Amino acid sequence: MVYLTRKAEFSASHYYHNPDFSPEQNRQIFGKCNNPQGHGHNYMLEVTVKGDIDPDSGFVVDLKQLKEIMHREVLDAMDHRFLNKEVPEFTTRIPTTENLAIAIWQRLEPKLDNAKLHRVRVYETADLFVDFYGER
Amino acid sequence: MKAHLTRRYRFSASHRLHSGNFSCEQNRAIYGKCNNPHGHGHNYILEVTVSGQVDGRTGMVCNLIELDDAVQSEILERFDRQNLNTLLPFAGKVPTTENLCVAIYEILQPIFHAAHLERVRLEETMMNSFEYRGKENATVSS
Ligand SMILES: [Zn+2]
Repeated sequence: MVYLTRKAEFSASHYYHNPDFSPEQNRQIFGKCNNPQGHGHNYMLEVTVKGDIDPDSGFVVDLKQLKEIMHREVLDAMDHRFLNKEVPEFTTRIPTTENLAIAIWQRLEPKLDNAKLHRVRVYETADLFVDFYGER
Repeated sequence: MKAHLTRRYRFSASHRLHSGNFSCEQNRAIYGKCNNPHGHGHNYILEVTVSGQVDGRTGMVCNLIELDDAVQSEILERFDRQNLNTLLPFAGKVPTTENLCVAIYEILQPIFHAAHLERVRLEETMMNSFEYRGKENATVSS
């Protein structure tokens, strides 16, 4: 089994707010991230797939295909967007880094046929990242 | 759904690697430059990984403010700008980055309950890093 990681960068804005909480609770729990005008990050995405090496191609996965899938499913939808307003998952879920990693996993996983998705890692900043392995 | 969240912190500290169990020659042979009696320092990078179910109400594994507060008050305030050899966790212990990594895990683990402490990873320099995941799970990479 070999693991292969492909990176991509996207920039997006978001804010954290739960309508079930009072304005005070929202401010207290989410701090600065509660500003309804939003703020942005340069996200770094790492997608790791695993599989056996194809004896003919020598590849675990066709990197060109993986790149296309990441572009189509993730970057086209999220790059230079306001996540809360323009990405359907985040009309009901808060666009935290955790939920972003889960949403990206859910977008990619059904589209990969020859390799198996192992990990989605999302860096919100260089000092904060989330790993999702598809665990329930 | 279960996710792993990692936060990076920085602190600077000095240490001297010297063991009372070895002779002066042995100490010099084993620890090399790190045995310099006056000590030397590093800019450590600390990575703390916690895991748990993503809370449906907050979208978070744990509140980042709580994690930052715990690391700030228990780790950074204790170790930043200090000489590690003079601190309690290293009484009778050599302040290698292995021991520092374990000490940080053992300080955080009993006081931080908002999520499961998965791993403590410490970069001593850009070339060396150490990880500890609790008893029976230590790994080192360099
Ligand atoms: Zn943000």
